[in-house]
Amino acid sequence: MENKDKQEVLIDIQNLELIYGTKKNSVLALDNIDLQIKRGEFLCVLGPSGCGKSTLLKIIAGFIKPTNGNCLMQGKFITGPDWHRGVVFQSPTLYPWMSIKDNVEFGPKMRGIPEKEIENIREHFMEQVNLKGFEDKFTFELSGGMKQRVALARVLANYPQVILMDEPLGALDALTRFNMQRLIREIWKENNSTILLITHDVDEALSLGTRIVVMSKRPGKILKEFNVDFTNIIFDNGSKHVLYSENYFQVKNEILDLINSQIEE
Amino acid sequence: MDTKNNKKDIKFKINKKEPDKSNENISEDKKKRDKTENRLTVATWVVILGVWYIVTKLELFSTTLVPSPYKVWTTFLGILKDGYNGVPLFIHLGTSFERLFIALGFAIVTAIPMGLLSGYSRKVKAIIDSIVEFYRPLPPLAYYTLLILWFGIDNTSKVILLYLAAFAPIYIACVSAVNKINVDYILSAKSLGANQKKIFFKIVLPACLPEIFTGIRTAVGVAYTTLVSAEMVAATSGIGWMVLDASNFLKSNVIVVGILIMGFTGILIDFGLRYLEKRIVFWKGHL
Ligand SMILES: Nc1ncnc2c1ncn2[C@@H]1O[C@H](COP(=O)(O)OP(=O)(O)O)[C@@H](O)[C@H]1O
Ligand SMILES: [Mg+2]
Repeated sequence: MENKDKQEVLIDIQNLELIYGTKKNSVLALDNIDLQIKRGEFLCVLGPSGCGKSTLLKIIAGFIKPTNGNCLMQGKFITGPDWHRGVVFQSPTLYPWMSIKDNVEFGPKMRGIPEKEIENIREHFMEQVNLKGFEDKFTFELSGGMKQRVALARVLANYPQVILMDEPLGALDALTRFNMQRLIREIWKENNSTILLITHDVDEALSLGTRIVVMSKRPGKILKEFNVDFTNIIFDNGSKHVLYSENYFQVKNEILDLINSQIEE
Repeated sequence: MDTKNNKKDIKFKINKKEPDKSNENISEDKKKRDKTENRLTVATWVVILGVWYIVTKLELFSTTLVPSPYKVWTTFLGILKDGYNGVPLFIHLGTSFERLFIALGFAIVTAIPMGLLSGYSRKVKAIIDSIVEFYRPLPPLAYYTLLILWFGIDNTSKVILLYLAAFAPIYIACVSAVNKINVDYILSAKSLGANQKKIFFKIVLPACLPEIFTGIRTAVGVAYTTLVSAEMVAATSGIGWMVLDASNFLKSNVIVVGILIMGFTGILIDFGLRYLEKRIVFWKGHL
């Protein structure tokens, strides 16, 4: 039963191509992408910078339309942004004119959820991201890591089908990053979320993802996929020992070789 | 090209290395700078007053042309007590401010929606922008004569004149604010389930507020100078009129008092606006 559940395809990308700009000045950003995101998986996208990772995420989010090919969610064409697909941006786009509480409640409020329910949702997710007691603060009173946690809570509050994250930890220092990775893993586990996370950090991808997609340099194509399970092992053992295993290094080296081959050429 | 980029990167890294410490230094530096700046301002005015005092004490010019500080002070007290021309000072100020604030109110209420709309829609902008761009560089007193012909010498023509003066800066600020909005604010709002109307009121309007406030402050300044000139051309009351009337009778002490009152009230108004700005757009600078 659970196995069958995991097979459900949430996002289906077929033969996707994206060209920026007009004919004379055009940039082929994505070429011939086929990708599926299944319910419950944690998909990490790796690739050299400028290869079109953000572009891919923006298409799934509905911010831009594919030039050719299809992008479907649960069998329906994606025509624009939608609260079923929550987005966490690299630099948090929290609204500075709202308190933390209002930021987290923004989604449910926009959707007309009853007041009482909104309160419960907010309390639940403020706790989940360890920010209880910060409700009445403003975004500029928080550190970078806290802001990103608020951004995460704001997205979670809508109970989206898929969470899309574009290098959400890219601007954080190493220690905060490490803690945030654990938090994201725990949230993914606890909520049975489906996550697509873009990163340029191979270790981050390996320690979080259940599947890793490596993209080529521009125009971005999918070079190779890796199915990994380190994130579940880390979660079950409560330690990151698995990151020192033979197996881990093997996969990591293979991915690094793949990415380096794209940069050097 | 490449080396340029590298340099930028290195600079950026150095700046980022110790953000806390450098921030502290910056704020301390700023405090020091503020202090010296304040001292300089005070010193400047002490010097001006001193020169004024010495010049009148030595009677370098006739006292009808340059009244002494003391004479100006007594004149001010006299006007404060008995008014000017039998009309109390607060009535002069009151009529001036009534004109100013009615015009500003109308300008705020109309320029903000029109400006935001122009920022949203190129078609609306094509219509309103050309009109604003045309009349904005004109000296207000040029079309004021027309307004007097059409609406009479009373308040109406003045309020319309001030309205036109105040409209442009607010309108322009709104257009530019909309064009500068961080698109990710709007995209994230859409991804969270907000519709167009909610995006406008919850995201676009607040995101534009800091710049709108700057526009309003500019508008107050422009309208205030226009007001005084308007009253000096045609009026029967108001602070500008007081100065004009005094000049007809060579009462230079009253002229100086009038100028000082205008200057101080101008500063006071801006002070009040800055206070409001701090309270309402307290998040300014964190966009
Ligand atoms: N709005 C745009 N217009 C034109 N070109 C763009 C635009 N956005 C991105 N690109 C180009 O498309 C390519 C892929 O960009 P992006 O998806 O941001 O890459 P990544 O996120 O992998 O670094 C880059 O070469 C970039 O210069
Ligand atoms: Mg990117």
